[in-house]
Amino acid sequence: MAPRPIAVDVEHLEKTFRIPEHRVHTLKERALHPFRRTAYEELRVLDDVSFRILQGEFFGILGRNGSGKSTLLKCLAGIYRADSGRIRVAGQLAPFIELGVGFNPDLTARENVVINAVMMGLSPTAARARFDDIIEFAELERFVEMKLKNYSSGMQVRLAFSTMVQSDADVMLIDEVLAVGDAAFQEKCFAIFDSLRAAGKTIILVTHDMRLVDRFCDRAMLINSHRIEGIGAPEEISRRYLDVNFIDAGDDVADDGVLLERAHISDTWTADDRGERTDIGVHGEAVGVHSLIEAREPIPDPEIRVWIENEAGVRVFAASTLEFGRRVPDFRPGERRLFTVRIANRLVSDSYHVSVLVRSRDRPQEISAVRHRAARFSVVGGEHVGGIYDLEHTIELEPVPKEVTT
Amino acid sequence: MTSSTAPVLREIRGPSAFGGGVQRFLHLAWVMSTTDFKLGYFGSALGYLWSLVRPLLLFGVLYLVFSQVIRLGEGVPNYPVLLLLNIVLFTFFTEASQIAVQSVVRRENLVRKMHFPRVTVPLASVLTSALNLLVNLVAVFVFILAYGVNPRASWLVFPIIVMLLATFTFGASLILSALFPRFRDVEPIWAIITTVLFYGSPVLYPIELVPADWRWVVLANPVAALLETARVAVVDSSAPTVVEAGGALVWLPPVIVFVAVCVLGLWVFNREAPRIAEEL
Repeated sequence: MAPRPIAVDVEHLEKTFRIPEHRVHTLKERALHPFRRTAYEELRVLDDVSFRILQGEFFGILGRNGSGKSTLLKCLAGIYRADSGRIRVAGQLAPFIELGVGFNPDLTARENVVINAVMMGLSPTAARARFDDIIEFAELERFVEMKLKNYSSGMQVRLAFSTMVQSDADVMLIDEVLAVGDAAFQEKCFAIFDSLRAAGKTIILVTHDMRLVDRFCDRAMLINSHRIEGIGAPEEISRRYLDVNFIDAGDDVADDGVLLERAHISDTWTADDRGERTDIGVHGEAVGVHSLIEAREPIPDPEIRVWIENEAGVRVFAASTLEFGRRVPDFRPGERRLFTVRIANRLVSDSYHVSVLVRSRDRPQEISAVRHRAARFSVVGGEHVGGIYDLEHTIELEPVPKEVTT
Repeated sequence: MTSSTAPVLREIRGPSAFGGGVQRFLHLAWVMSTTDFKLGYFGSALGYLWSLVRPLLLFGVLYLVFSQVIRLGEGVPNYPVLLLLNIVLFTFFTEASQIAVQSVVRRENLVRKMHFPRVTVPLASVLTSALNLLVNLVAVFVFILAYGVNPRASWLVFPIIVMLLATFTFGASLILSALFPRFRDVEPIWAIITTVLFYGSPVLYPIELVPADWRWVVLANPVAALLETARVAVVDSSAPTVVEAGGALVWLPPVIVFVAVCVLGLWVFNREAPRIAEEL
């Protein structure tokens, strides 16, 4: 099979915002200070961004707020003009940056759908022709002539999303419009994503939610500090995303920590009670969690922390060298240490992720090394009916004699 | 196996004043302006009436003052009709441009979220005002006929006058709306300029009352020249044309101003359009 054609080609995209230190807004200020050059602070928001998306791909762009992902989105959508570089798209690209662009509360659903569809690039005739489909999909047949201001917010979202799905774009650029709406509607949106995928549409999803990337994307790209941090399989990119962004190790670490890369967590694995490497943990037996750490620079007063999350992302367990209750010797450059946590495995059957972090005790915000989801293991065996942890317990059931009410 | 022909890669250059397809441009301008028009119309119980009441009230007051108190209209044929027509046309110019000044900022949610030819925004704003003008003109012509002015072939010139007036208003709106996001002073300054132009144009008084040496200055304003032409064409065929009022070359300044404002408007807006979303 011939290689799939390119749908989106971005080459060396650069974008710099000039932020005036003192914004001259009025002519009076101009007149009073005619010779004052406005001082600008240059903020490079996109730095040499290049990537390609193939036709039919579901491509995720993952990044935190402030990473430059929104600017990239606006450049792709044609709302901002890049300073240099080139964006090329095969066919028509429709951006969905906000649901219901141009919706007016004083108009009826019918009028709003036509306006919105025209904004999205349909002709007014085509918009009217598809109106029935749109309303049917949104399940709002009974409220067609109602003014939008009398709609509930959920109904508005449904209407907007239905309109969006009806647009004819070859490439759909979707911002995190799913952040709104209730769970049932989200499920419906997810179903739409799946059907768009099946229909072979090229979709770019811009988000900070790695679960969306994991669930839908064929490939993903991580933007961090205005550059491309990586492009690859969704799991790989999500893991990088965690490493780079959420230095969220313990309950006392805010996610605004900085990563100093003073050490390298070169290997993390799980083992059974004989010390054999395995990614299966048998319920009721011991599991060893091992992590090999190589220091690159000195790390004074280090803390090493390991935590385990289940598939749903719930942290079920954490252990740390803090438990020694004494100072751990400083890491010297080049030194290697193996950190081991032995666990009596009372976890229920599920998949679990192991993450590791190294930092100095007195500087908890400065992270020497972190590796999110560095290892993964599955727990098998045991009998449990639910929950995330199988507490030691007994159960009893006995008959109770009928009480005489007085 | 599906064999789809690979579509040609097309470059996305970012926003501009006109880029994005003529059809889309027209669809958007039409939908945006008719929506706003409808909203103004149906928004309140008396929606449309209010847009008519203002010029009518202004007309009533000015008519009383200038025909009964100051007697400015003495000897001017069909003075009440002339006054009404002038006020409706001039009000269109001032209101349309004053609303258009803020159009880009008012449509912020679109400009920051959608890719479309940016010039649609001020165009739709002026079109909305133009739709209001058309409805007002129906009332004006009812009044003109009721006053006893007979239709003439020269009335056919009137639609052209209205279109030229709308074009000039659009040209001015382009300059104003492009500059407003960066210089918020544009709005009050423009309010002052339109007030000066109102009294500096033959709206309340006929051009004959202006000293002959100064007429070319007054008529250099394209709106004034258009009002005078409308007067001759519709209200009073005996009134002096622009050339009769000011001399052979007096038509030149308003034409130059007209073209200059429109060209400058296109140039300024085209220059600001790519970055206008970032200024908001």
